[in-house]
Amino acid sequence: MTNTIVVTDRLTKRYGDRLAVDHVSLTVRQGEVYGFLGPNGAGKTTTLRMLLGLIRPTSGTASVLGSAPGDPMAVARTGALVEGPGFYPYLSGRDNLRVMARYQQAGDRDVDEALERVDLAARGADAFRSYSLGMKQRLGVASALLGGPDLLILDEPTNGLDPAGMADMRRLIVELAQQGQTVLLSSHLLSEVQEICDRVGVISDGRLLTESTVDDLRGGRSLFVRATPVDRALAVSMQVAGEDAVQLLDDGVNVEVGAERAPELVRALIEADTAVYEVRFSERSLEDVFFEMTSTENSATTEEVV
Amino acid sequence: MRTETRPESPAPSSAPAQPVGRPGAALIASSRAEWLRLRKWPAVWVLVGTWLLLNLTFGYVFNYIAYATDSANFASEGVPPEALLADILPAAVPDIFANGMPMFGGAIVMILGALASGSGYGWGTWKTVLTQGPGRLAAFGGTLAAVAGMVLVVIAATLAVDLGASLLIAAVESQPITWPAWGELALSVGGGTLIMTMWAAAGVLIGVLTRSPAVAIGLGLVWSLVVENLLRGVSGLLDAMSYVTDVMPGTASGSVAGALGQATQADDGGAPGVQTILDGSTATIVVTVYIVVFTVAAAILMRRRDLA
Repeated sequence: MTNTIVVTDRLTKRYGDRLAVDHVSLTVRQGEVYGFLGPNGAGKTTTLRMLLGLIRPTSGTASVLGSAPGDPMAVARTGALVEGPGFYPYLSGRDNLRVMARYQQAGDRDVDEALERVDLAARGADAFRSYSLGMKQRLGVASALLGGPDLLILDEPTNGLDPAGMADMRRLIVELAQQGQTVLLSSHLLSEVQEICDRVGVISDGRLLTESTVDDLRGGRSLFVRATPVDRALAVSMQVAGEDAVQLLDDGVNVEVGAERAPELVRALIEADTAVYEVRFSERSLEDVFFEMTSTENSATTEEVV
Repeated sequence: MRTETRPESPAPSSAPAQPVGRPGAALIASSRAEWLRLRKWPAVWVLVGTWLLLNLTFGYVFNYIAYATDSANFASEGVPPEALLADILPAAVPDIFANGMPMFGGAIVMILGALASGSGYGWGTWKTVLTQGPGRLAAFGGTLAAVAGMVLVVIAATLAVDLGASLLIAAVESQPITWPAWGELALSVGGGTLIMTMWAAAGVLIGVLTRSPAVAIGLGLVWSLVVENLLRGVSGLLDAMSYVTDVMPGTASGSVAGALGQATQADDGGAPGVQTILDGSTATIVVTVYIVVFTVAAAILMRRRDLA
């Protein structure tokens, strides 16, 4: 029994001259929260639409829960919120869910549970059109939760939510994953992905740049040192950590060593008679990695095109 | 029981039955879902009410006023009062039942069909529905079934209004109540259902084609109320045109109504849209073919097109 839930192989979607999704091969494993990360317009939503069978790939293949994308058997076990919630404005939130539950052959009890889950039970009788953006988004998630799907595909689920709503949504996603549901989530918010995802796929300009765990992506930790004179501090750091592990920054020196070597480094700096102003443990954020990656990738693509 | 849902890649024979995958169950589920959202849609009932009011007003109220005040309205000039009264008594229900349907009733159910299929694109509800798992054809079949159900509601309500109004008039005018010939009535109801179903299917098709209820309704109304009439006018000048105009939806549905009733647009005093260009059986066949073509074309589009 395989434990991969979603596999794509060189999935491609072309609109005229524009490659919206370009040979994307990704794997989502059972029970994980997979973050699909990329700027707006990178091809996240297009990829998710292909996985749901809403649009057909130009080339490449994909398998969702062991079936072709869009196969009723796979879709029935998938809950999705793609590119904003789409509901009947004249129906109440609850009636909207009842309609969707009927499509799924689920009962009204599932509807009430889903409303409770996203904290909308009190407003369930109000017309969808009267909902705030955040409530609409939560109703979209409730509809994705209907019928207890094995796979949840959530396209920017925290869009339009206020900070408290965002935190609630993240907590919900983590809870779902703890219950064994697999979550494939797209986001342009790096902090969000960093916080709740096990693995990430980074997409930019339609191409999957990398796929790995959040920790691996952020790489090793390092020490930031601010000391004068800078050239002496740099030389000492190189002696301690090795030449390749030290970078000179605008305001100090970055030394790629773990925290356990901080006393050794500080001692060496003081023995070399440098004035140490700051030694700080620094961790690369996913944001740093992401911008590094997308900027080098962009220049590479430009060269290729030329 | 096991039903294949993917003929291109048959499941191994040991595969367990998948209840959600059964197309029949999915179609029933989709029809129930779609019926729920149609019957709770105020716009649908505004349309149904408008039609019933139009039907009552033009079928009974004006004619009764003309009879009661012994004055002539635009449609009853030169008609003797007894004939006017006979037209609005219960026995005449089969004659006038479908009179307003080729043009007004048709236009209204076309709006209904276009709203039912077209609005899902703008609201994003097609996207939501198709990610619930019924499969595209089953989901769309549900919409077709619900729209057809609504057409039947309209037909039943029209019959009730017609019978009710004519009985009331008979009572007020102290006329003996002569029930219509049931065979004729059944024929009229069947013909009316065909006409309305065809226009509703046309609405569903243009809703899917344009992916926008506004554009669909605009184009559909311009076609049914203006363009066809203009083309029929041209065909009076160019004989070759009549091969085309004779089998257009408006002509065919008008001819069904014409075969059921007496008065036609060509006569004085007929309802607009009612024709006698085709005979009853030919018109019925043409209308049936249109229903099939509209439905199948919409289903093919729905199944094949990307939902972007």
